[in-house]
Amino acid sequence: MKSFLKRAGLTALGAVTALGLGIGNSTAQETIKIGSFLAVTGGASFLGDPEKKTLEMYVDKINAEGGVLGKKLELIVYDSGGSPKKAVPFAKRLINDDKVDILLAGSTTGATMAVIPIVQKAGIPFISFGGASVIINPVKKWVFKMPHTDTLAVQKIFADMKKRGISKIGLLSGSGGFDKSCRKNVQKLAPGSGMSLLADETHGKGDTDMTAQITKIKNAAGVQAMIYCGFGASTSIVAKNAKQLGVKIPHYQTHGSASKSFIKNADGAAEGVRLPAAALVVVDALPADHPQKKVATDYKKMFETKTGTAISSFGGHAYDGLMIAVEAMKRAGTTNKAAVRDEIEKTKNYIGVDGIYNMSPKDHLGLDQASFVMVEVSGGDWKLLK
Amino acid sequence: MFAEFLQFLFSGITVGAIYALVGLGFAIIYNASHVINFAQGEFVMLGGMATVFLINLGMPMPLAIFLAIMITVLVGFALEKFAVEPARGAPIVTLIIITIGASIFLRGAAQVIWDRNFHSLPAFSGNDPILIGGASILPQSLWILGSTVVIVIALQLFFNRTMTGKAIIATSHNPLAAKLMGINTSFVLLASFGLSALLGSSAGILIAPISLTYSGVGIMLGLKGFSAAVLGGLGKPMGAIAGGLIVGISETITAGYISSAYKDAVAFIIILAVLFFMPNGLFGGRGAERV
Repeated sequence: MKSFLKRAGLTALGAVTALGLGIGNSTAQETIKIGSFLAVTGGASFLGDPEKKTLEMYVDKINAEGGVLGKKLELIVYDSGGSPKKAVPFAKRLINDDKVDILLAGSTTGATMAVIPIVQKAGIPFISFGGASVIINPVKKWVFKMPHTDTLAVQKIFADMKKRGISKIGLLSGSGGFDKSCRKNVQKLAPGSGMSLLADETHGKGDTDMTAQITKIKNAAGVQAMIYCGFGASTSIVAKNAKQLGVKIPHYQTHGSASKSFIKNADGAAEGVRLPAAALVVVDALPADHPQKKVATDYKKMFETKTGTAISSFGGHAYDGLMIAVEAMKRAGTTNKAAVRDEIEKTKNYIGVDGIYNMSPKDHLGLDQASFVMVEVSGGDWKLLK
Repeated sequence: MFAEFLQFLFSGITVGAIYALVGLGFAIIYNASHVINFAQGEFVMLGGMATVFLINLGMPMPLAIFLAIMITVLVGFALEKFAVEPARGAPIVTLIIITIGASIFLRGAAQVIWDRNFHSLPAFSGNDPILIGGASILPQSLWILGSTVVIVIALQLFFNRTMTGKAIIATSHNPLAAKLMGINTSFVLLASFGLSALLGSSAGILIAPISLTYSGVGIMLGLKGFSAAVLGGLGKPMGAIAGGLIVGISETITAGYISSAYKDAVAFIIILAVLFFMPNGLFGGRGAERV
């Protein structure tokens, strides 16, 4: 009896599988498959969650408008939890079993770097949402990325300082991955930009008070400005500490602070802090003739009405990635992987929410420091600096 | 020059006072049960986060603070009742591991119930720094110091003048004898968890205007508070206070005069050095066995 049931079950299972495969095969010809693994849950969910929502939202929108090349888009998303270890099998499954046409994936640098060897071997275009410059530097044939790098942020800050005649700076940085990478960039880029680093202070993870470090920077002879590399709670704490100590020199932070919660949590102490930010974050402060004004406003409206939550720059990376992929397919007139890759590399003057992308065989990011706008906190909101 | 030193000292005393409050919580539970409660940092987080969200519900700040402390105390009771007490009789190490599990659970619960973002509380009496001898100190720091002093005095009175306080001390010295004298030792254990939840949440609320609060704020503060408690001699309330101040001040002085990169290292070197020469901590008495 038992074995009969078992056999019946197996047969049924086999039938269902065959049916499933049949459906899979028939739809494969009609849809363009977009594969994704994102940190939807876990510590990096503040990245993966808006990315997933953005992809779903815009895939639906494109399909409602008739799809791409006469075919509907089909989105397959797996939750990597931000773990590189989980990202690898998901990438393999997407490429080998789901047979996707393109990968728009990788919320974190770690997950992205882990799958690059697989992607390179399989030969499939891969647009990553990871932050660090190591993803595209050196250039990898099949790998592209959307978010700004910290290198760009530091260059933007130095350009603004130069304009104001500042050349002697004090640096404070935290001890997270982003913070350290930003600090390295400041150290590396300072000499070439005519900046001398007079103080180089750090603070620990979860520190609640940085007044000792800021006192040192403030008292360093001749220092003209202070830069803080970090993100999260410490950005507000640093602003508060600087105000408490009566720091009068200009205070710069990075795009790590470009969120409203930085201003709110600093409780008034963020006034006057300058930072480079993606146009999307400060979309309301952009002038009407700014090239990104329309695309950023549209994205913001769509995201906020559909999800009921405030936009973050992270969802914007997914928007730009999807649009660049779709346009490349349209230009190529096919979903052939090599042709699409070549067209992504030829992306020129694509106006996205993150900036204006101009890719080349040497540059798989395609953004320059013009993609950042310099803003200053004024009256509890962002004020665009010229 | 002196102004600079004064500034480092003020900063150190402010952070030190917080470490001390967290350390005190470790000391009280250790006294009653010999358990090191690694969920102590989560009490700090719960106090701050609950206050933020109660204020968001439209409550006036004093009421929100009171309720947040009460909520945390209830969580402290629940931790003892549902996690520690059922495992009584298990080795101390098991109990410690239970508290680590509880801390992970509480952190996750806070992320689900509230959120993963950073929140700030308004300072109790303004943000205008007070200048003393060229150094500046925030009114909130004075609140922290003042509250720490009040809490320490209140604890001293509690332990030395009230029956419950004396019962806790008696239990810490000899649980069996205390039980034979008619002390309800399981109540003592419950009370000690409630008391350290009270201390932790107070610390969390006091620092939230300075350091912000978020679901993970308790991790580092818990660790520093533990260091303070060990440095002062585990189970010695006065030791935890001294330990907290020593760790806090050595951090800022190191950051100020040597290098901020070695700030935490120097604090831990001091702890190691003290424990090497005085294995029971500053206030633990030299090699004396608990009687």
